[in-house]
Amino acid sequence: MFDWWETIVDALVFRLLGLDASTQKAQALHFFIFDTVKIYILLVLIIFAVSFLRTYFNTEKVRVYLQGKSEFTGNILAALFGIITPFCSCSAIPLFLGFMQARIPLGITFSFLISSPMNNEVAIALLFGLFGWKITALYIGFGLLVAIVGGFIVGKLGMEKYVLIPVVPMSGDLADVEIALSLQKRLKESWAYTMDILQKIYLYVMIGVGIGAFIHGYIPTEFIVKYAGSDAWYSVPLAVILGVPMYSNAAGVMPLIEVLTSKGMLLGTALSFMMAITALSLPEAMILKRILHVKLIATFFGIVALGIMGIGYLFNAIL
Amino acid sequence: MKIEVLGTGCSKCQALTLHVKEAVAKKGIFAQVEKVEDILKIMEYGVTSTPALVVDGTVVSSGKLLGVDEIVTLLGS
Repeated sequence: MFDWWETIVDALVFRLLGLDASTQKAQALHFFIFDTVKIYILLVLIIFAVSFLRTYFNTEKVRVYLQGKSEFTGNILAALFGIITPFCSCSAIPLFLGFMQARIPLGITFSFLISSPMNNEVAIALLFGLFGWKITALYIGFGLLVAIVGGFIVGKLGMEKYVLIPVVPMSGDLADVEIALSLQKRLKESWAYTMDILQKIYLYVMIGVGIGAFIHGYIPTEFIVKYAGSDAWYSVPLAVILGVPMYSNAAGVMPLIEVLTSKGMLLGTALSFMMAITALSLPEAMILKRILHVKLIATFFGIVALGIMGIGYLFNAIL
Repeated sequence: MKIEVLGTGCSKCQALTLHVKEAVAKKGIFAQVEKVEDILKIMEYGVTSTPALVVDGTVVSSGKLLGVDEIVTLLGS
């Protein structure tokens, strides 16, 4: 897909700048230019596609669809909707209470709450650009599994009493939400959104790839393998713990993980790390603390963390 | 005209409030702009993503940080 771009960068670095392809400097520069632009292109394409789809599905609409769904089906649907709907931790509270108001069970709400940030378009675009479609598919597939099963378990624990704000369930069904927009308006809106996101993360991507390029060219593989590539039992939980505070920097951290993986970090550990970055966000927990008891938040984090670690161990064992 | 900005206090909600005030000034209309942060009041409007914009009791937008010009168009109709 990006062969044409590789040819251009080859010509630029090795011929135009006249750098020797066998030197570390040339390798690092080539890697940096090739990867940054490739990721920017994918980010624009994927964010635009997702935000266009999104003009047809907002969270109000998801709420209408999920109302009255039975438990297990509801968990699956909620996790799937999580892929296309946007998630911003500042919306977590109205979303949570709005779902409860519509009598959507707690477990289904959590399936959505786990899936939505994990399967966000920026993470998917980065994964696709850095690791290819196979790893991206695995990430989405197992992300959905964690969301479905995690939400289902939270639902079974009967923790409704830990919601601290009294929600009055509405009677009757919600009216369907009409989104009447012209195609032109949808395209325009999606484009504006894409640029908005890109503006926020382009620097992180550049820095991430830059550091990645440095590691790629200068740090010997043995060094990485020694510290990150070990199949010691603690590497997966350690990756999960390190991932929690990194939510806002997913764009900068993902390129680093790619380099670490190509230098010998185990794929399962890498997957756990990426999922922890997106699914377990500290700011989200702080915001939810205003309406949920710490016990419920801890349970939610605990279940997701265990699920993610399980996936890490599974992959380290089979790949 | 009464315009309410619904939001729990995130940066996007504050930005939307500013945009609304600018749009009102640009149109030169008389409108009361109010920021609603009480979550229970926000729920009453049936909104699940913030920031949301309510004009005279009707939700006209949710989960979006509208630009000044977009708000001007919304207020025009």
